[in-house]
Amino acid sequence: MSVETQADLVVGSRGRSVDHFQPRVQQRRLLGKLWQWVFLAATALSIVLLGMLLWSIFRPGWQYMSWHLITAMPSRLPERAGMNSAIWGSIWVVLGSGIFSFTIGIGSAIYLEEYATDNRWTRFVQTNISNLAGVPSVVFGLLGLVVFVDLLQMGRTLLAGALTMGLLILPVVVISSREAIRAVPLSLRQASYGLGATQWQTIRSHVLPSALPGILTGTILSMSRAIGETAPLLVVGGASQVLFRPAGPLDPYMVMPLQIYNWTGRPQEEFEHLAAAAIIVLLAVLLAMNSVAIVLRQHFSKKNRW
Amino acid sequence: MKAFLLLCVMMTVATTVGITLVLVFESLQFFRDVGILEFLTGRNWTALFSGPQQQFGVLPLVAGTVMIAVISAFISLPLGLAAAIYLSEYASNRARSILKPVLELLAGVPTIVYGFFALTYITPVLLKPLLDVGTFNGLAAGIAIGIMTLPMVASLSEDALSAVPRSLREAAYGLGATKLETSLRIVAPAAVSGIVASFILAVSRAIGETMIVAVASGSSPAGQTTVSGGLFDFTQSMQTMTGFIAYTFGSDVARGTTEFHSLFGVGLLLFLMTFVMNLCSQWVTRRFRKVYE
Repeated sequence: MSVETQADLVVGSRGRSVDHFQPRVQQRRLLGKLWQWVFLAATALSIVLLGMLLWSIFRPGWQYMSWHLITAMPSRLPERAGMNSAIWGSIWVVLGSGIFSFTIGIGSAIYLEEYATDNRWTRFVQTNISNLAGVPSVVFGLLGLVVFVDLLQMGRTLLAGALTMGLLILPVVVISSREAIRAVPLSLRQASYGLGATQWQTIRSHVLPSALPGILTGTILSMSRAIGETAPLLVVGGASQVLFRPAGPLDPYMVMPLQIYNWTGRPQEEFEHLAAAAIIVLLAVLLAMNSVAIVLRQHFSKKNRW
Repeated sequence: MKAFLLLCVMMTVATTVGITLVLVFESLQFFRDVGILEFLTGRNWTALFSGPQQQFGVLPLVAGTVMIAVISAFISLPLGLAAAIYLSEYASNRARSILKPVLELLAGVPTIVYGFFALTYITPVLLKPLLDVGTFNGLAAGIAIGIMTLPMVASLSEDALSAVPRSLREAAYGLGATKLETSLRIVAPAAVSGIVASFILAVSRAIGETMIVAVASGSSPAGQTTVSGGLFDFTQSMQTMTGFIAYTFGSDVARGTTEFHSLFGVGLLLFLMTFVMNLCSQWVTRRFRKVYE
């Protein structure tokens, strides 16, 4: 081998002569193969875990799935208990928080992408938003309790819950809206300016319509996070039973995850099965919301091509 | 119009200011009743007891929080990193198209569902046959949080690994390195800022997680019952900071009492811990990021 003839001249990094270098190709390949299987096993374990998770829910929950569960109100007796008030509560809280965070989020994103110049204030706002996204959700609950429930005297109402949840998902909505606005090409704006449009006209008629699908997708995904969040609503709403559908923003409410928490904490085994059935309903709603977001994204990514 | 947009931006700033003010002001009322030193160094947390038995030493809650976060890290960091390396370096397109949606599904499952999983499956089916654990225990909660944060580590680390340019890998292969050597000695070190940031974020998420511990980890802090073997005994009930907040609101606490204000003292400590960790993760990303052309 030609390497050996040169070996006398070259000295390895550890001061040894290179002719001591043993390629050990077989051994290294074997080690590589071994680790490849380790990596694959670690990844495949996530499938096993997802399987166990679903099994632990569907096995006890499936037989308790019924129209009764969806249409009836909560009850002390497991055979009569349903989650109707929780389903409606979740729908209203998520709609309210979605509308709130969509409005504020889109406004913030437009300001940061189209108006803000790169200065210390803008950088501070950006850092602040990414920090907010990392604040534990239960802390948002404490904020909502003091500001909305007590200070603004909303009490333990739907409105207070929706606003708290809206603040919680706001950072994510801002971040995804900014990405959607940034993806709109500069040429579109320049063409609009070239025709004499003002900055606001350009944003309203060109940038926003092009970015809207992306913004909507981000908002729906955030709403699907909100529908599964429990901790902040436990703080601002409490876990007591609600036996009617909320009729207005100032009514008390119950949401699906809190109903599940309430049932999980009871000693009777039937309630544990009911909780499993309620989780199936919650997962079905989540799946539906995520599907809408995916379809929306695919539909518009085909349509808008620049 | 611009004024309205600015108002929206102010809303995000106001949220942070609001959180800080609320936590600090309510905590001040708490620290009027209980000394800060007593709070930070006390080894007994019996906030919901009455009379002289009521003690506010936060260490048991902190120990529970740290212990459960450590257990979760033992699950999420190695598995998440291994999955990230597999997905970024080894997986065929077909394997990736199956595995990535599975990880996304795991990431989208609400935390209350993980709590239910920990209480009704991990503890009785997986742990009871092996260990002498209580119905509520820190171990099951830690494992469930580990599973919950695994997809986050995997996807953030995979982003970092995929961002390493192909030329680096090809140079390694050109020098005769095997695929494993390339992945572990060339690609992973080049992506280390993203990987470490994902680790810190996962631990920070574990510290702030509420519902899993509220359901599965029990309502008495570590070392406070006769069956518990001390502050770090994860086989028995082990309440965390978040768990205390959730449990107390679940059982309706009277406004204006010391125990009500203690919620905000615990909340402030929790907020500070996660805030510092998130800052660390941002600093690591900025400081150690390598930008490739």
